[in-house]
Amino acid sequence: MDWSDSPEQAAFRKEVREFIQTQLPDRYRPKDAFAPGADSSEGGEEESELTAGWQADRKSQDPEKRETAKQWADALAARGWIAPAWPKEYGGAGLSVMEQFIYNQEMAESGAPSVGGMGVSMIGPTIIVHGTDEQKEEHLSRILSGEVAWAQGYSEPGAGSDLASLQTRAVRDGDEYVVNGQKIWTSGAHFADWLFALVRTDPEAPKHRGISFMVMDIKSPGITVRPIIDMGWKHPFNETFFEDVKVPVKNRIGEENRGWYVGMTLLDFERSGIAGAISYKRDMGQLKHFLETEDGKRFRRQDFNTTRLELADRAVETEVLFNFAFRIVSIQNRGLVPNYEASVNKMYGSELHQRISRTGTKAWGLYGNVWDSKSEHAPMKAHHIKDYVGSVPHTIFSGSNEIQRNVIATRGLGLPRG
Amino acid sequence: MDLGLNEQQELLKNAAREFLENECPEQHVRDMEEDEKGYSPVLWQKMAEQGWQGLLIPEAHGGAGFDFLDLCVLLEEFGRALVPGPFMSTVLGGAVPLMAAGSDAQQSEFLPKIASGDLIFSLALTEPSARFDEAGIEAQAEVSGNDVTFNGTKLFVSDANVADYLIVAGKSGNGTTLGIVATDQPGVKVTQLQTIARDKQCEVVLDGAKGQLLGAEGDGWNILQPIIQKYTVAECAYLVGLSQMDFEISVDYAKERVQFGRPIGSFQAIQHKCADMVTDVDGSRFIMYKAAWSIASDQPEDDTTLAVNMAKAWTSEASRRVVAHGQQIHGGIGFTKDYKIQLFFRRQKRAELAFGDADFHREAVATQLGL
Repeated sequence: MDWSDSPEQAAFRKEVREFIQTQLPDRYRPKDAFAPGADSSEGGEEESELTAGWQADRKSQDPEKRETAKQWADALAARGWIAPAWPKEYGGAGLSVMEQFIYNQEMAESGAPSVGGMGVSMIGPTIIVHGTDEQKEEHLSRILSGEVAWAQGYSEPGAGSDLASLQTRAVRDGDEYVVNGQKIWTSGAHFADWLFALVRTDPEAPKHRGISFMVMDIKSPGITVRPIIDMGWKHPFNETFFEDVKVPVKNRIGEENRGWYVGMTLLDFERSGIAGAISYKRDMGQLKHFLETEDGKRFRRQDFNTTRLELADRAVETEVLFNFAFRIVSIQNRGLVPNYEASVNKMYGSELHQRISRTGTKAWGLYGNVWDSKSEHAPMKAHHIKDYVGSVPHTIFSGSNEIQRNVIATRGLGLPRG
Repeated sequence: MDLGLNEQQELLKNAAREFLENECPEQHVRDMEEDEKGYSPVLWQKMAEQGWQGLLIPEAHGGAGFDFLDLCVLLEEFGRALVPGPFMSTVLGGAVPLMAAGSDAQQSEFLPKIASGDLIFSLALTEPSARFDEAGIEAQAEVSGNDVTFNGTKLFVSDANVADYLIVAGKSGNGTTLGIVATDQPGVKVTQLQTIARDKQCEVVLDGAKGQLLGAEGDGWNILQPIIQKYTVAECAYLVGLSQMDFEISVDYAKERVQFGRPIGSFQAIQHKCADMVTDVDGSRFIMYKAAWSIASDQPEDDTTLAVNMAKAWTSEASRRVVAHGQQIHGGIGFTKDYKIQLFFRRQKRAELAFGDADFHREAVATQLGL
């Protein structure tokens, strides 16, 4: 057991750090966002929590923001670091799992935005494994250049945790499929150029075996993207409607009716989720720091000091989450595939996130309920109360925590399925 | 970075598991609850032959020269098997203090005999004040040359009923002074307490008890710091093994117990408890080993202190959650004396309280973090 870097790991960490130091645009560098008088206009209400930063900048009205986004993408692209985990032959950096981990750790520590989104993390790897040469040619380089952004169309109003019951229908008509139906929770579809989706191509087959995986230009006639405004007035998600959308058969990835398995493809990516642990630790550091300022003393609840011990608890719990992340990468680094452990991370991390936001909110007593980040009565620009609301989806999306517990119990512990 | 065991640790773990499954079955654990001494001298000797009492002791003194993290691998197995007896008392309360502060003569006199299983030690630290800080020490230590005489009462001293020697902490002037005190003298009176775990915690009344000075006069609390840290992590390691086994027994039971025509483990109400249990157990294991690694690899003092406080803060509570779920999954059978799961439930509480419960360590974490 060793929590420290080997000499090789330390050298790679140094390389990543130096890159960030010299290449990361100022706009993405952490500022003391909660200092009195700090400009809070950046990262404002209209930006989605899930896609804030680079994704939004790249489609911004402001040419300066677009230029900044391009500058960061170009710097990463020059190192193959837009897709650090992809094999070199496809334009990635071919980093080992441990190098990916260190890369992700350092990027998260610096607050640097990742580039490429779902293109890099999901559809690219799927095309690398299942795509034709033509599909690789068409899509991979445009993901790497940041020219095309992707959104995911999996969930439907009637297919949430039971995803395989999805009903969006694709009917073959010569060289095309005609797609009708509806997807929901399509994160970032309002920034996306292309969509990858699971659609039903055989309604008679058992539910996992009648699904195909296809990609479509989001500007195709018949596709309508409508915003879903969440309970925090943000716009992270959309509904996407399909009305007689014509998708060329050549846009299907993998065999017809094998889409469920194509969608489950996993490349050798590190899956520690280290970025979450790092952001929670930073969050608590900022809270502690702010509590010591004059403003912090003004807002801090006067009746009880429950914050001290609660924060200590949250710090211990964050340490546990760090270790869960280290465990995953240790398993992967030994050439093994994590089993229930990844579900533990998702479940534990999302619940910890909610506890941290609650602890932060409690620190301010009545001031904790001020929502207006520009109000003189808002501690830390209402960060905690917004996080309290913003963290609600985290125990629901990416497989609800109930599903994660089912996976841990059945796949991990061998308990019989219900 | 790697959170797996190395080859030597795997060997140690596997050998310990096999040995303890044979030598320390459930019946032995039950027998020792009723036993006056609370341990089996035969098993004690066999453990010494395995090299366990001397695991940390340098080879020059008859030990194996392993490091503290290795010891925690072994103690995890002790927790799993609920091994009764004075092992932790002797190793953490005897060998570790002697290695930290003993003179060459003291080390030569005592360490080989600890390694060979010929001596039992225990740490007489806590008092009726029931505190783990220096302010809790009121027993008086009077130093004269290399000799020290103790007067006062020590409470919750593990295995003092069978210990040959006690490492005693007493107050002298403004500081704390340690001494090595033989128990076979009129000035030492030992009375057993009955505790939830039926382990052998004792009251020790020191009435002019004579011993030899360990370390410099007044330097006792400094000497004790790393010893207490190791003892604390050792209790965590024991709790990790205990929790792991409670969890495994409970999952097995959930697979076998049939109600409504199906194993209760197929119900999500049970499955989700099991998922939470494995999360708590795994979380305990890594936060414990992080602290053990920090100690064994000599990380900066502040980092180690924080890691130790975090480990005990978490493990104390997580293990309590695990054994509570274990009882609930077992239903009625679980709270009978005959069934094994209660053995884990009762022992968890002892270790939860030992060397500071979650409240104590949470407070220490808060202080460490500057909150």
